[in-house]
Amino acid sequence: MATVNSKTTFWGYKRENGRVGVRNHVIILPVDDLSNAACEAVAHNIKGALAIPHPYGRLQFGADLDLHFRTLIGAGSNPNVAAVVVIGIEDGWTQDIVKAIAKTGKPVTGFGIELHGDHDTILRASKVAKEYVQWASELQRVECPISDLWVSTKCGESDTTSGCGANPTVGNAFDKLEPLGVTMVFGETTEITGGEKIVAERCATPEVAKQFMAMFDRYQAVVERHKTSDLSDSQPTKGNIAGGLTTIEEKALGNIQKIGKTCKVIGCIDKAETPTKPGLWFMDSSSAAAEMVTLCAASGYVVHLFPTGQGNVIGNAILPVIKLCANPRTVRTMSEHIDHDCSGLLQREKNLDQTGDELLDVMLRTCNGRLTAAEALGHREFVLTRLYESA
Amino acid sequence: MIHFVLHSPQDTVAVVVVEGIKAGQDLTGWIMDEDRMINVKAQSDIPIGHKLAVKDLKSGDTVIKYGEDMGKTIADIKAGAHAHVHNIKTKRW
Repeated sequence: MATVNSKTTFWGYKRENGRVGVRNHVIILPVDDLSNAACEAVAHNIKGALAIPHPYGRLQFGADLDLHFRTLIGAGSNPNVAAVVVIGIEDGWTQDIVKAIAKTGKPVTGFGIELHGDHDTILRASKVAKEYVQWASELQRVECPISDLWVSTKCGESDTTSGCGANPTVGNAFDKLEPLGVTMVFGETTEITGGEKIVAERCATPEVAKQFMAMFDRYQAVVERHKTSDLSDSQPTKGNIAGGLTTIEEKALGNIQKIGKTCKVIGCIDKAETPTKPGLWFMDSSSAAAEMVTLCAASGYVVHLFPTGQGNVIGNAILPVIKLCANPRTVRTMSEHIDHDCSGLLQREKNLDQTGDELLDVMLRTCNGRLTAAEALGHREFVLTRLYESA
Repeated sequence: MIHFVLHSPQDTVAVVVVEGIKAGQDLTGWIMDEDRMINVKAQSDIPIGHKLAVKDLKSGDTVIKYGEDMGKTIADIKAGAHAHVHNIKTKRW
């Protein structure tokens, strides 16, 4: 198996704005909780259309509303999405989202339910969705340089084997992708607690390190303000503790193995913001798996590397989520969820270079169209991050 | 057979990577950073993924893993004994 190099290519969908996707979804996107039923009805009518229901979008305000819009617009704008039907309870916010997604040049149409009702909205939206699905089904994959890839990572249901095997395997892959001009991201701000100085030292400039530490300190203050116990029941989680992780510091030191040994952190982004150049970015984000992966989708990432120890089963509506695991018991008991078994590392049967190369091979095959375990099993998690209560 | 792994030679705890470790068993450990083996006798049954101490630790000692500070002991731990939330605690929150 060849290691990736500057001549490595993959087969992707070149979008109107120049970005490249690895999936070709037509999504039916609700602006708000009230519109889920209509979106799901449209997706039921039109085979190949994908509704992505979620529970929010009413009476949010300020930064929380900005994040809601940024996440929905980002999801619709993601290059894994060919075309979008947006449905909201009213026209105002619906059209705001349509206009923002339209900047990518992709087909997008919005429908407000008020003055029409569900029946008429579902009928009109289904007609558009049918046209979009047929149009998208004719798009062809083209050969693209590996530098067109945007790759995200976040681990979940971690245990001690994550830090020994699966996370360093992602790190090895990231170290190999960085010089090739790939755009990458990691995050999980609270799960860096105990390893924050190591991350700060890996920042490319003092300015980036300062920005990272400001984001880290802000999140620590949120924990301090809201905590009702010492947080030992939440970080590490009950699942982490069952898997042998004892403290947040131990979890964090394992977590940050995902950024490899040589990658530099070239910048920091807020939740669902779009990076502006290739390299490894830090996103200030929740450590909850479905929230973080959804934010990566909203930031424009097209494929996700997800190490697990005890066996997180997550997928995502927009992104293929590739699971890797170094725990032989999890690989045995939950094999249908694991795309890449790297447990050989812990018996010294393989080295990191080998498991990193194998992961990159699985990643490229996935980008070329192979379904992940999560996709085949129907995992379509799409979870919006909330910042505070509604108005 | 590798029974447990350490990241750094400075580490005072190590991760069990096989199922069914029983008290009294002679264990082989792999220090990954140096590609070197060490031996410890298990003092307790330890599940896969859980840690054992690789040297005697006193209550209040800093626990080292990845060559870094991962918390403190809240009880004495003998080399080969199960090391987890009952005898180690975070220094944060």
